[in-house]
Amino acid sequence: MIELSDVHKSFGKVEVLKGITASVEKGEVVCIIGPSGSGKSTILRCINGLESYDSGDISVEGAKVDRDAASIVSIRTQVSMVFQRFNLFPHRTALENVIEGPVYVRKEPRAEALERGRALLARVGLAEKADVHPPQLSGGQQQRVAIARALAMQPKAILFDEPTSALDPELVGDVLSVMRKLADDGMTMVVVTHEMAFAKDVADRVLFIDGGVIVEQGPAKSVLNQPQHARTQDFLRRVLHPL
Amino acid sequence: MQAFWRDTVEFFPILMSGVALTIMVTIGSLLLSTVLGLVWALMRVSGIGILTGFSGGLINVIRGIPIIVLLFYLYFVMPEFGVTLTALQAAILGLGIAYSAYQAENFRAGIEAIDKGQIEAAQAIGMSWWQTMRRVVLPQAVKIVLPPYGNVMIMMLKDSSQASTITVAELALQGKLIASSTFKNTSVFTLVALMYLTMSIPLILLVRHFEKRAGRK
Repeated sequence: MIELSDVHKSFGKVEVLKGITASVEKGEVVCIIGPSGSGKSTILRCINGLESYDSGDISVEGAKVDRDAASIVSIRTQVSMVFQRFNLFPHRTALENVIEGPVYVRKEPRAEALERGRALLARVGLAEKADVHPPQLSGGQQQRVAIARALAMQPKAILFDEPTSALDPELVGDVLSVMRKLADDGMTMVVVTHEMAFAKDVADRVLFIDGGVIVEQGPAKSVLNQPQHARTQDFLRRVLHPL
Repeated sequence: MQAFWRDTVEFFPILMSGVALTIMVTIGSLLLSTVLGLVWALMRVSGIGILTGFSGGLINVIRGIPIIVLLFYLYFVMPEFGVTLTALQAAILGLGIAYSAYQAENFRAGIEAIDKGQIEAAQAIGMSWWQTMRRVVLPQAVKIVLPPYGNVMIMMLKDSSQASTITVAELALQGKLIASSTFKNTSVFTLVALMYLTMSIPLILLVRHFEKRAGRK
């Protein structure tokens, strides 16, 4: 469903993606792991056109991703994104955040969007917070609203960019369990994460990225339990046993 | 003191006709400068090189010309190019253009204060640039921009007196005319000053209200 082929991307003189080739099938959960600055987030940002890429090809359901083309809007409505820092609109309530895309981008009737929005907030366990503004919510609650906002677009896939990295440790679980439910429901997900337990449990496949290339990839359990490559082994050792 | 009251009763109606023009010039140029300022600011943040450059250059040109010169230009020079404006039109246009530069910089600061992550979130749900501005950026920028906007309103009220230089018979010019024909400088200019102050006070209170509201968020 999402195809990347030999994608290169530089920021100035620094090449952050050095030929990424990967694909994500419908219904698959792919976790991208790797050290900071390895280009993980950039991959996600290229997939929905928040970032341009220099060469190679990215396509979503056969449509080429080009951030300067009009078609990018339709790609973005099919591939939602959840950000590390939630990025909710603080001047709108939780419910208004959720219906913003359906009403103003997909032109759904407001009443319908509201009804669906409430159902989505209930699905992420925040039915009673519909009329609260984001600054009054905890980080974990904000992130769940952001997930509901992403779902409201009825996307075919959701990209998660380190969705729990900005959360207090005790709030991580709520967000991960919502994500696990999504995965169980068959949502296609690409998740950049440092939560190895989540990757091991939920992901179908793991990509380990370092220095702008995919160093190792495969079924989650085999990459995480028996990493083949020395860099993967080293990274996992440091993440799992920091002391 | 009694003389002052007598003069007040006598001159007040004439000065009030000046007040009407002062208010007209202030509101007219406020509206114009707001619209133009918003256009310059949006051009500046559009990310399109030619628009950014154009509005940046224009703002600097406008900022570098004294208001009074701009007014003279519109009123005395433009007729030579076949564009004849009434004094009131020239005053509103001149002050509106002059202030649009400050408004633009104020609006731009407000727009740029909005977290980039929100703009990306808006893009990520498929919003166009204009939708992002209208639905996400501008509603929040307004709160940031209002206190300095209120200050601009006060400055404009006072700077509307510069319209007197191109024969708009607003408050300051009416005062000057009465003073030079009656020699009652003290009464007249005290009265004029008090009238400007009276008009400023509601605006000053408004700014304070804006500041409180902005501080709360």
